[in-house]
Amino acid sequence: MRTFIGIDLGSTTTKAVLLDENQHVLGRGITNSRSNYATAARVASEEARVDGRFTLFRRALTDLDGGAHRFDEFLAALERGFRLEQFLEQLTDLEVTCIDQLKAERFAKVGDSLREALGEIFLRLRKEAPELYAPGAKRKSDFFRDIAGSRFHVHAEAIAKEAGVGHDMLLNAYDKSIIDVENRPPSGDLDDKFRRAMARVLGDTKALSGDAASLTTAIEGSLGIELAETYLVGTGYGRVTLPFSKEHIRSEILCHGLGAHMMYPKTRTVLDIGGQDTKGIQVDASGIVENFQMNDRCAAGCGRYLGYIADEMNMGLHELGPLAMQSNKPARINSTCTVFAGAELRDRLSLGEKREDILAGLHRAIMLRAMSIISRSGGVTDEFTFTGGVAKNDAAVRELRQLIKENYGDVVININPDSIYTGALGAAEFARRAVDA
Amino acid sequence: MSTTIIRPNSAPAEIIRDASMSKQKDMLARHYDRLSDAPQSGEKVCATFVPGNLNELIMCFDMVNNLPEVNAIQSGLRKQSGPYVLESEKIGHSEDVCTYVKSDIGMMAKGNIGPNGRRMPDPDVLLLSYTGCFTFMKWFELLREQYKCETVMLHTPYLGDGKITPEMIQYMVKQLKQDVIPTLERVSGVKFDIDRLRENLRRSAKAEDDHLWVLQSAKNKPSPIDAYFGGIYYVGPIFGAFRGTDDAIEYYKFLREEVEERIRLGKGPVTPDGDMPREKYRLVVEGPPNYTHFRQFWKMFYDEGAVVVASSYTKVGGTYDYGFRHDADNPLESLAEYCLNVYTNRNLPMRVDMLANYINEYEADGLLINSIKSCNSFSAGQLLMMREVEKRTGKPAAFIETDLVDPRYFSAANVKNRLESYFQMIEQKRSSSAAA
Repeated sequence: MRTFIGIDLGSTTTKAVLLDENQHVLGRGITNSRSNYATAARVASEEARVDGRFTLFRRALTDLDGGAHRFDEFLAALERGFRLEQFLEQLTDLEVTCIDQLKAERFAKVGDSLREALGEIFLRLRKEAPELYAPGAKRKSDFFRDIAGSRFHVHAEAIAKEAGVGHDMLLNAYDKSIIDVENRPPSGDLDDKFRRAMARVLGDTKALSGDAASLTTAIEGSLGIELAETYLVGTGYGRVTLPFSKEHIRSEILCHGLGAHMMYPKTRTVLDIGGQDTKGIQVDASGIVENFQMNDRCAAGCGRYLGYIADEMNMGLHELGPLAMQSNKPARINSTCTVFAGAELRDRLSLGEKREDILAGLHRAIMLRAMSIISRSGGVTDEFTFTGGVAKNDAAVRELRQLIKENYGDVVININPDSIYTGALGAAEFARRAVDA
Repeated sequence: MSTTIIRPNSAPAEIIRDASMSKQKDMLARHYDRLSDAPQSGEKVCATFVPGNLNELIMCFDMVNNLPEVNAIQSGLRKQSGPYVLESEKIGHSEDVCTYVKSDIGMMAKGNIGPNGRRMPDPDVLLLSYTGCFTFMKWFELLREQYKCETVMLHTPYLGDGKITPEMIQYMVKQLKQDVIPTLERVSGVKFDIDRLRENLRRSAKAEDDHLWVLQSAKNKPSPIDAYFGGIYYVGPIFGAFRGTDDAIEYYKFLREEVEERIRLGKGPVTPDGDMPREKYRLVVEGPPNYTHFRQFWKMFYDEGAVVVASSYTKVGGTYDYGFRHDADNPLESLAEYCLNVYTNRNLPMRVDMLANYINEYEADGLLINSIKSCNSFSAGQLLMMREVEKRTGKPAAFIETDLVDPRYFSAANVKNRLESYFQMIEQKRSSSAAA
């Protein structure tokens, strides 16, 4: 099967979309950009391919049960099983890398006891791993670094006490290793992991024993479909750092315009607020960019601003929106300078303003700035599509809706749950067109 | 014919210069030496601005013309303007002030060393002959305070209604007769001779013909010149201290011959990296360039095969493509008309007409606006102009932002990102219209 990959190398995350010949999204993948775009691109596209496999499985199973969704639970279990296999594989890599660190001179005297302690930590990590991927288990993040890191710390603390080895030394071995492991995408054969996961699921779920043969045939059939990477297009800030030749690179403005058009073909105006820029884009009926404006000389009011505010308030980024939503009386804030944000915040707090009101005011300030960029690009024409990480923030969306209504009246506002993939989707379509043309 | 390689900041030994380029270099060197020598030679110095530069008249009084914006540009190209701007801010000029002004004031504060490494002379008179940019007025106010010298102003009415009226000309001629000429006579001690002015104007017109021919050669495909980055060199003599001289006539003659040769050979423009191999995009550019990163900025264009075929900036020191030439038969009237015709003296509809016409006449792919952070004279109304030009021509436009000579306002990654997006947008439009 011919497939087309679009990769959007953002300042915060790297996204990949795998498209088939009929413009259907086969898979999506995302990873943190980790200031190493080459790895990020590799990981994200691998994730998209994995996701693509699951799409093929879903298609095969729908054929098998005639669309009755009888195997939905099997598919979900298969995915959890696969993630577990992947996690275990990376865990082994991490263990080997940590042990390797012990060769360093500073560990010379305590090498053996540390080796033992590390062995015990990884034993426990492996033992509890299935729970992390059990049905209904909640993971704070899907990135290996986050999951493994938090559990490693817990076990290291306990084992350091039990074994009487230096806690800091264990953490040091981990810190020195995690970057290498993270920058090394799982190397094992994907199909093997799918098969191991399938065996695990079929073994665990007695109810499926009657279907085991047909499920295996269906999954094996899907694994037999080759996902040929026919063409790849990269976009986003990191695009120039990749070893792509020029014809494999598109500007993110064009990709966002086309991606938004593919999600909502009636789109005429696109607003994208990403980590470090805000784009107002006008597209025509075919998704071709007619005009655009971006923030210039200053990245005030972009996604990073919210990140900074979250740090200042000692909150998680995703907690800002919900708190701001509780406000009935947003503060009036004009400055969206990220550097001044901390001072503005503390000043307001000292004046006795409520956190939620200040946050609501900050969200409004960001949107006021975005409105100015939109007007410079030519205003809002129905339909309007909002994309980028900030589109996931309800408080930001609430302010935007209100401002659009005040300034442009009733306009259809589209926000796709997968809006973070808009640029990658556009890039994948450019890849498809490059081959088709 | 040799290959011209223009290098604004450095001139490695391997560069082979065209005759026109050597000529200009020589002219500028002599001019700056003449300025540096003025305190010893006793020549009087007249400071004035490029738009409305009355060089033919100034020469009638044996005065040397000193152009502060050109000095600021030179400082920008030589990477001196950054420290000068900071020096100026230290003195008390705010961040928002025109950076030409701040570079000039900073240069004075740091010893007034010119591009030739020698001290620039104090002016004997400040001739403000173009008033469309109000900053010019404040700039000379500051210089008058500094030098305590005579100041004379020729008020140029703005073409708010889009046309030059006989009353405007009369009004300006009256100022020339009653105010400007008597002041210049007094300062220089030289009596005004109108026949001398006629001679100068005759020489101007001759150079102007060739100058315009060169700019219009960009109608060829491929264009043999870049009418913005290259254009800045081509307007040098005619906008500066050489209009009305034999040097200018010779310079434009050489340049024209060189361009004729390029057309004959089917060559594109010369760039700092040699001949531009393939013309992919033809652009019209509105607004001044950035001088602190001039080469880097230019490279963003020629690396992508983008050539500027017409620009409004190369009309700030005079607009010749609507038929105006200095006229020896109507000397003072012609000086007035020259000042009135300056690009920034044109109202917004006239500017829109000009840009839209350029896109059509030069068969350009679109309009690019380089908006200057510290220049209100250019920036006001640019977004409206952009929309109007887009509407009239159906060609895509884009907007980037930099500054004249303040290096702090040139964000290379952002500018490049925007330019690349724009070029790809043109490409996409082309393929979609080809498909349709």
